Amino acid sequence: MADCTESKIDIRGCKVHMRRGGSGEPALFLHGASGVAGWIPAFQSLAETYDLMVPDHPTYGRSDEPEWLDNMDDLAMFYLDLLDEMDLDGVHLIGNSLGGWLAMEIAVRSCTRIKSLTLIGSAGIRIKGKPITDIFMMDPDDLVREIFVDQTFADNILNMELTEEQTDIQIRNRVATARLGWQPRLFNPNLRKWLHRIKVPTHVIWGDSDKIVDPVYAAEFGKVIAGSQVTMIEQAGHLPHIEKPEALVDAVTGFIKTKAA
Amino acid sequence: MKVFAFHLMPYGALDMSFAEEYSSVWLKLPNSYFDPKIGHELYNRYLDELELAAELGFDGVCVNEHHQNAYGLMPSPVVMASALAAKTGDAKIAILGNAFGLREHPQTLAEEHAMIDCITGGRLITGMVRGVGCEYFSMGANPAFSLERHTEAHDLVVRAWTEEGPFAFEGKHYHFEYVNTWPRPYQQPHPPIWCPSQGSTETIQWAAHPDRKYTYLQTYSAFASVLRYLNMYRDVAQNMYGYEASSEQIAWCTPAYVAETDQQAIDEARPHIEMMFNTLLPKISQSMFVPPGYMSAASMKQIFAHKATLRGGQTIEDMIERGVIAVGSPDTVRDILTERHRQAGFDHLLLMPQFGTLPADLTEKNIRLLATEVVPGLKSLGESDYMGFEPAAAAAAAAE
Repeated sequence: MADCTESKIDIRGCKVHMRRGGSGEPALFLHGASGVAGWIPAFQSLAETYDLMVPDHPTYGRSDEPEWLDNMDDLAMFYLDLLDEMDLDGVHLIGNSLGGWLAMEIAVRSCTRIKSLTLIGSAGIRIKGKPITDIFMMDPDDLVREIFVDQTFADNILNMELTEEQTDIQIRNRVATARLGWQPRLFNPNLRKWLHRIKVPTHVIWGDSDKIVDPVYAAEFGKVIAGSQVTMIEQAGHLPHIEKPEALVDAVTGFIKTKAA
Repeated sequence: MKVFAFHLMPYGALDMSFAEEYSSVWLKLPNSYFDPKIGHELYNRYLDELELAAELGFDGVCVNEHHQNAYGLMPSPVVMASALAAKTGDAKIAILGNAFGLREHPQTLAEEHAMIDCITGGRLITGMVRGVGCEYFSMGANPAFSLERHTEAHDLVVRAWTEEGPFAFEGKHYHFEYVNTWPRPYQQPHPPIWCPSQGSTETIQWAAHPDRKYTYLQTYSAFASVLRYLNMYRDVAQNMYGYEASSEQIAWCTPAYVAETDQQAIDEARPHIEMMFNTLLPKISQSMFVPPGYMSAASMKQIFAHKATLRGGQTIEDMIERGVIAVGSPDTVRDILTERHRQAGFDHLLLMPQFGTLPADLTEKNIRLLATEVVPGLKSLGESDYMGFEPAAAAAAAAE
């Protein structure tokens, strides 16, 4: 079900595949390593409150693969360009996994156009001795199973017959993630120095059974980002917005209503 | 034809109980499984084997690079080439290859290769490889930039060898303010550069380019696959670049074992070749073998198809039938290799006389028998024995 429009937005010559739905304050959802499956129930639900935008990052999905995009710095700066070009203000930035890392990289550079930050199962920093599960080492099917508590989600994904285009996108997304996060593995060793620059209300949401980025990271972000709030979603893995959409959306909107009005 | 002896230097003494806990001998098998006392014996034995091959008339000896595994104990083929320098007479020493693009400082390899070339009076062949997928986990280099790093490292190294220094190298992945390599290589303009590969369109297109015309070495796999890639090189040269590739630009590597009779050779080689293919090679997960970005999506899909047998469970009969290995009496093996040459026209043939757990006595016997009964006949093969590219390509296409 798609109560969203899909279009290509041209940002300084780079075409971004954009899904957009709803109305209200602008919210920008930044996807993780596996890309955007579609206009999932959580997006539909968020669109009841916000003007929700869910792009494919450049080099992912159906967006362009510009030759200048080599690392996370480039992607973060690109999104600052996007916010400028689309003239968006007071944006509620929401990032999952690698998208959370990206959201922080954007926010430490500039919060001018941002009203709040929500991190869901986010990558981006490293706690010594506690690496993020190596998604590049894992068998792709095993990875799908590791991501969810409820294995019926995994079953559905693994039983899907992919079209040629979908297979190509899957390969593409893996390459894009490697480009950004191979070494150092899905974190920026310098990011932690600058997290104090995040001046907007920040919500850290985590699946209590996240096997990809351990919940200790939730507490760590809560500690390192001043004034942030940590919410655990019960019985959820690495993608609580897919696995527990109601709880996730309630948490997101509840926080914004009370802390980032 | 030139015939070389190639060694992988496996840790053949592996405690097989490892398989209860670990699915692969690559990367994650703890190094506590390596016994340095056994390592001492193996390294010296393997060096002796290559020196023997050189002494008995092989045109060259070959070593290669693999990290953090029991399959091949040469993270530094430079060390091996150095160890071989003094006792290999006039034989070529081929490093096949070093993975220059895995390094943060490829010019150190340029320096080391130049040193070996000077010490040996110009006997070095420099192979440049991208490194198999697993190495990207060991060394940290980003597979998404594998081809870029490889070609840029190549450019840096060739300039380091040929351009008067000091000069600044201003690349995307490599930037050095002062490149001024002492020593310069003995061979001019530089040692021959070869491109070993498991089969990669990108590597072939790069190697065959008229600016380079590097000898392309297809590593062992089913011969139909080998032929396809060797023909692809000739095809790319002709149709993409407009020149006819010389057979000197074509090379093939294969495990080879001979004994007095076909059956004796099969019986002697069986447990050891099967150990190599079923224990040392397989169960490298696809994720480790082809990390993201290492190959184009199209190449990735191709590699998955023809490497499907890396899952293990192969018999020596399977391998012989698919032309992955050449095993039999000297006459049988000479005939097989002569026929392969007729189809593919390689001017360089690399024989691997040791594999897996093959012990010292059988390896030495193999090398001596190959050297006296097989190699001389092969060396006499030339261009007139090759069926030619057009017919070869047509025949291969018809066979598919």
